[in-house]
Amino acid sequence: MQDHIRISCSRQNLQQVRDFVRGFLLAAQRSELVVNQVVLAVDEVVANFIIHANGEDANQFLDLLLVLSDHHLDIEIEDHGSNLFLPQGATPSPDLREYIRQGRKGGMGMTLVSRIMDRVEFFERNSHTICHLSKVLV
Amino acid sequence: MGPIMKVTSQPSADTLTLVLDGELDASSAVVLDTELNKPGLLNYRKVLIDCQRLSYISSAGLGVFISHLQRLQDSDVKLVFYNMQEKVFNVFEILGLDSLMNIVPTAEEAQAA
Repeated sequence: MQDHIRISCSRQNLQQVRDFVRGFLLAAQRSELVVNQVVLAVDEVVANFIIHANGEDANQFLDLLLVLSDHHLDIEIEDHGSNLFLPQGATPSPDLREYIRQGRKGGMGMTLVSRIMDRVEFFERNSHTICHLSKVLV
Repeated sequence: MGPIMKVTSQPSADTLTLVLDGELDASSAVVLDTELNKPGLLNYRKVLIDCQRLSYISSAGLGVFISHLQRLQDSDVKLVFYNMQEKVFNVFEILGLDSLMNIVPTAEEAQAA
């Protein structure tokens, strides 16, 4: 099964993205815990694209494609903005005590994504940034 | 679309309870941040976060709590979470925040913390 959605780059659309991913995975009868984890991973990447890659420019848009084959979930998020956004890998083990001491708000999103998904890749295709996430759903 | 996060403030003696209702993400985290930034917050001995109706949290929501924790600790204000749904607690667990934050199952335990 597969499904697709296109959204403009406004953080108001994050709810729509989560509802879309939730609906897709619940239809595939996945547990609430797994569904929430995948929803979170997608939400984090999409929020990064909206805020950091596109500066919340609602004239830009993202395409999100979900494909579930047997137990293998593939997610592709394509950023149609003109700025390539190829973030370095997430901090594998952020020092959260230090984050607390500093009162730091950010820097955990991609760590969550990398801990939830089996594979996380950012690459360029046709001058667009693509994020590919995959996970075997047990 | 209406707001996806509602924060209700319930002051009582030396304790302030914030009841969260909805989804805490990069769009709605500002609502909670505003509540936690209020200067009167530091006059309480405890701030309890009722998470029963908190159905989702992203790193932006976690970041709001992390960014205020040291300030609260420096003022001897305890921050205690309770009634947390399993899927929300799981997000704290994935990062290891469950061992750094005070999270208890019930309102009674939060009051006693």
